[in-house]
Amino acid sequence: MSTDPFDPTVRLHGCACGAHASQAEHNLAVGTDARLRGAVEGAVMRALFPNDARRRAFLSAVGRGTAAAAVAALFPIAAATEALAQAGVPEKKALKVGFIPITCATPIIMAAPMGFYAKQGLEVEVVKTAGWAVIRDKTLNGEYDAAHMLSPMPLAISLGLGAPAQPYTVAAIENINGQAITLSLKHKDRRDPKDWKGMRFAVPFDYSMHNYLLRYYLAEHGIDPDTDVQIRAVPPADMVANLRADNIDGFLGPDPFNQRAVFDGVGFIHILSRDIWDGHPCCAFGASKKMAVDTPNTFAALLRAIIDATEYAHDPAHRSEIATAIAPANYLNQPVTVLEQVLTGTFADGLGGVKKVPDRLDFDPFPWQSFAVWMLTQMKRWGQLKGEVDYAGVAREVFLATDARRLMEQAGFATPRTDTKSFVVMGKSFDPAAPDAYLSSFAVKRG
Amino acid sequence: MGSLRLRAGIVSVAILVLFLAGWQLAVSGGAAAPAMDPEYAKLMGASAVSGRSPMPGPLDIAQGLWRHLRDPFYDHGTNDKGIGIQLAWSVARVSAGWLLAVLVAVPMGFVIGMSPLLGRALDPFIQILKPISPLAWMPLALFTIRDSGVSAIFVIFICSIWPMLINTAFGVASVRKEWLNVAATLEVRPIRRALTVILPAAAPTILTGMRISIGIAWLVIVAAEMLVGGTGIGYFVWNEWNNLSISNVIIAILIIGVVGMLLDQLLARAQRAVTFPE
Repeated sequence: MSTDPFDPTVRLHGCACGAHASQAEHNLAVGTDARLRGAVEGAVMRALFPNDARRRAFLSAVGRGTAAAAVAALFPIAAATEALAQAGVPEKKALKVGFIPITCATPIIMAAPMGFYAKQGLEVEVVKTAGWAVIRDKTLNGEYDAAHMLSPMPLAISLGLGAPAQPYTVAAIENINGQAITLSLKHKDRRDPKDWKGMRFAVPFDYSMHNYLLRYYLAEHGIDPDTDVQIRAVPPADMVANLRADNIDGFLGPDPFNQRAVFDGVGFIHILSRDIWDGHPCCAFGASKKMAVDTPNTFAALLRAIIDATEYAHDPAHRSEIATAIAPANYLNQPVTVLEQVLTGTFADGLGGVKKVPDRLDFDPFPWQSFAVWMLTQMKRWGQLKGEVDYAGVAREVFLATDARRLMEQAGFATPRTDTKSFVVMGKSFDPAAPDAYLSSFAVKRG
Repeated sequence: MGSLRLRAGIVSVAILVLFLAGWQLAVSGGAAAPAMDPEYAKLMGASAVSGRSPMPGPLDIAQGLWRHLRDPFYDHGTNDKGIGIQLAWSVARVSAGWLLAVLVAVPMGFVIGMSPLLGRALDPFIQILKPISPLAWMPLALFTIRDSGVSAIFVIFICSIWPMLINTAFGVASVRKEWLNVAATLEVRPIRRALTVILPAAAPTILTGMRISIGIAWLVIVAAEMLVGGTGIGYFVWNEWNNLSISNVIIAILIIGVVGMLLDQLLARAQRAVTFPE
């Protein structure tokens, strides 16, 4: 199954491994070392023979054994394989990465104590940050080399919404699902959203999936999110305190704060975000375009570490271990019990029941460009974005699907063939090719 | 005098004991534990399971305080450092911002105080800038300075400068005319006059301004550090709030109070040293 770059009969150009469809089985079949060696040999041969036809002609003429020996003499493939395992000599090794203490940031955080950054030859300091606006400003002014962001933020930054426009990128998605609508215990008998007129809700930031999902959910139930209820931006950490103080009636927020509200006996989990849109993105790993262009090796090494960590976190068997790694005061500063409930999906719902939802939270690094298109439709729906929007163009500029795919393939993970996919949000399917039609199909919208 | 001091001390202690006793009493009650499935209870927090008040009592605070003070300088990574290290960061930021403000405010205050023209000309600017909450400068500072550490120091600088500037100008302007006249008669040069006549005369007022400033700076640093995060006692409060750990927040409040008092006493002492009897 593995592509042999010394075989004159196979094609090398076009894709990295040449065995897309069976990449998953291929990964299982061969170990990491063999995969890396294959990747290095492929890269060397591609560099030596930019024209694939020449390579095939050369191999046919001299024979594979001679060619392999000649290339190995010229180029130390064994050493290069090792080097690739450690990353392609990052231009800058000591990095600062900002994060907000929520479980969405799990891969970014755990990569420090569990050694994913070190494996790529990076010394990364993960710095806890107070709020989304601060993390944005600290990343824009270069104090952070990269940061944990809400996935719509890089779109907003690139478009100049709420911040001076600066080309920004989503290098990888962190988590999918993992949010919830939590309501104050006093509303435990008001479960129908149609009765929610006049309630006050919190979301972490204006440019967040939380904001768009809550608005979507309310609008589908006939509640206008701008006139029938109040939606405020409140930093995640303040949500539980505000719920306890009765400043808000509920929030659509990130974990662990949904579970923390249950843990402290102030709220209950009304609905998990996976029940609104199963597989929705939430947080992203973002870096400025400048960083990605100026220091490509550092960017690649960092992204490789994040992808590795995200894939590691994807495996449910690792979740308890991760909960213990990220609970201390240096990282999330939360009780391990709370994190375990969030990460394993066996949790108390706040109303006396224990629920088992294994995909309550999941991790998947691939930055689907259709996610960006959906977010742009919602930005436009709620008046954050006005005028004509080049949906596909913006999505392509900001959501770096190509880079993520290349690095994921190098690391031997399965990748999708396309950059867009359609999905279903509350029973309504979304076609990324027809965003305007999707937008005009909503009854409740601005402008 | 001695007996008054003693009696005041006794009353202080009595107030404290009453307060602590009332506090302990208020939090030790609480509803009976609600009936709960044991599997469910295992997933819930202590306050939700036991029905106890989530507010810690004075004994919890004392224990927590002891834990923090026993090992104030530990370093468990970027985001988890001992309370001593956090305090050192905050004091360093306050000192840096405040000293910068001294360097700017005292000479400027002299100029304003000695020149009625400049005093009047600058007055509207000072009056407008003075009441601005220093934290309102924070977004602007982050945007222009592009460094959150320096921005925090700038915020301290901008909040400490006004009381010093105004007090210095006032102190310089209200030096007794007779003394200035004597200096003029003796043909003392302006620089010497400023240093040997005006400075000592205005020193108590200037020190008052400095004392007010450092008090404000200490108030502001907590809020500034909660905003930009990273290090400092304000970050500590935010981090513990994030964990909803009320007892650590109370401990931080106590420590902030004590350090603020020490800073104030330091300047009060300096102020006494320059005060002169008329």
